[in-house]
Amino acid sequence: MITLTHYMVLSALLFTLGTIGVLTRKNAIVVFMCVELMLNAVNLTFIALSSHLGNMDGQIFVFFIMTVAAAEAAVGLALMIAFFRNRESIDVEDFSLLKW
Amino acid sequence: MENLVQTAMQNVNFAAIMPSLVLACFGMALLLIVVFSRRGATLHVAGLSLLALLTTAYVAFTGWNNLQTGFAGHVVLDKFSLFFTFIFLIAAALTILMSDSYLKREGYPVGEYYVLILFCTVGAMVMASGTDMMTIFVGLEVLSLSLYVLAGFFRGQLRSNEAGLKYFLLGAFSTGFLLYGMALIYGVTGTTNLVEINQVLSSGSAISANPMALVGMLLLATGFLFKIAIAPFHMWAPDVYQGAPTPITAFMSAGPKAAAFAALMRIFLVSLGSLQGTWEGALWVLAVLTMVTGNFIALNQRDIKRMLAYSSIAHAGYALVGLVAANEIGISGVLYYMLAYTFMNIGAFAVLVLAGKKGEENLTLDGFAGFGYKRPLLGVLLSICLFSLMGVPPTAGFTGKFYIFAGALDAGYVWLAILGVLNSAVSLYYYLRVMVFMYFKDPQEEFDWIQLKPGVTICVVLSVIAVLYLGILPGGVMSLAKLALF
Repeated sequence: MITLTHYMVLSALLFTLGTIGVLTRKNAIVVFMCVELMLNAVNLTFIALSSHLGNMDGQIFVFFIMTVAAAEAAVGLALMIAFFRNRESIDVEDFSLLKW
Repeated sequence: MENLVQTAMQNVNFAAIMPSLVLACFGMALLLIVVFSRRGATLHVAGLSLLALLTTAYVAFTGWNNLQTGFAGHVVLDKFSLFFTFIFLIAAALTILMSDSYLKREGYPVGEYYVLILFCTVGAMVMASGTDMMTIFVGLEVLSLSLYVLAGFFRGQLRSNEAGLKYFLLGAFSTGFLLYGMALIYGVTGTTNLVEINQVLSSGSAISANPMALVGMLLLATGFLFKIAIAPFHMWAPDVYQGAPTPITAFMSAGPKAAAFAALMRIFLVSLGSLQGTWEGALWVLAVLTMVTGNFIALNQRDIKRMLAYSSIAHAGYALVGLVAANEIGISGVLYYMLAYTFMNIGAFAVLVLAGKKGEENLTLDGFAGFGYKRPLLGVLLSICLFSLMGVPPTAGFTGKFYIFAGALDAGYVWLAILGVLNSAVSLYYYLRVMVFMYFKDPQEEFDWIQLKPGVTICVVLSVIAVLYLGILPGGVMSLAKLALF
């Protein structure tokens, strides 16, 4: 029997994996994929909770998150292309022009 | 089925979103106009966006005295949201005024720039009037997505690319935390409505002591504090502020920051009010940490844009003091301070826009050597803005800080107020240093003649007038801010 706890633990694990990925990966696209993993972990939490509480709000929230994530991907990849054109790299360590 | 539609329609109340609706329609119409106009012609777009902001301000003004709620309690048009709406509109209008000549100088006369500023303002307005976590999230994302693009707007400039991409990656990362916090709070309370969350949380100590609620609150706060650039979540701010186009830096540190503050205040005071004992202490520490970090790192900056970025971090710390106090004068002080900060900060940045040459290599302390003698009037205007940022009477910055620290004293946070005042004293050093360079150093190179472009000049003069007005006669605006409390 799969209970709410299973879903919550799974989504917490996915969220943590995403966070670790953002902090350790060097390629901006992989970092962005890790962010998407975090968002999907949140989606899973919302859906599990929504079904557990018998309340639709959580599922509606997930629609909004998916829409926004799609828009974010469009903007983010465009910014990465602009950066790549000037720098020939999307390595996070090459974000080095601005520092103190 | 028909019944369902009927109930749904009864809940819709377009009056509650009228200002944002008007501005969004204007934005979309302008997008079409931009597509059909000649490349490089942006003046009419700037004019029309100012018209859009004026119309929105009028619509918002007519709504001041009648509270509207709509969309099944997802949005509310109260005085609180309207006060913030005016702040966003002012910030956007001043930014647009200084942008036209700047975009031409830097070689990017593109009309979409103004449309993005309008959409960003719409997002901010939705955020300030949202009373449901969903609405606040959607508003935040509309605002952020436009800002990511605006920060990276100069496609050919590596500096701008880098600012946009950094802002995007860290912004998306923080959104993840924000959403996870919202999900956990939804799990504990079973609702996303802010008022209902408060009802559930204050109904029993078993629920408010639930660790899931606390973790949710922590993650939610992390997401918002990141947007406001509170230490230790401030690392992105200096880089993004330095790399972004100057008018956008000015806008970013005034409008969107106020929007995040509005949503943060609504969430913490309305829905998490019963947990005040828990978040108060944490925000106390963060406020002090932010003031210290911002002010002390600003001390050894030679790039003026970057110095103002750190000063903006410190100012977010001052405003957070008002939220910690959480009493009438403290909260209305935050509202007042946001308005005052909009004027003084945008005023200072507008002078930078006027003084900068293409590429802005000269916006360093050395570049300002002798500026006060070569351009006496601009020097005086910049000095007034800097005095206001310091918090010297009779300027807006002084009265704003006065209200906020008075709120902290009223609530019994004596040490917080003392640390705040000491921090303002530290900030004197780096603001005054700009003036020392302006008035007591000889210029290193010949000054070019600075042409006073009408838009930027109007922006500077208006800002300085407002700074002095708010400083000398703070009563009127302060009583409006007091009315705006929920």
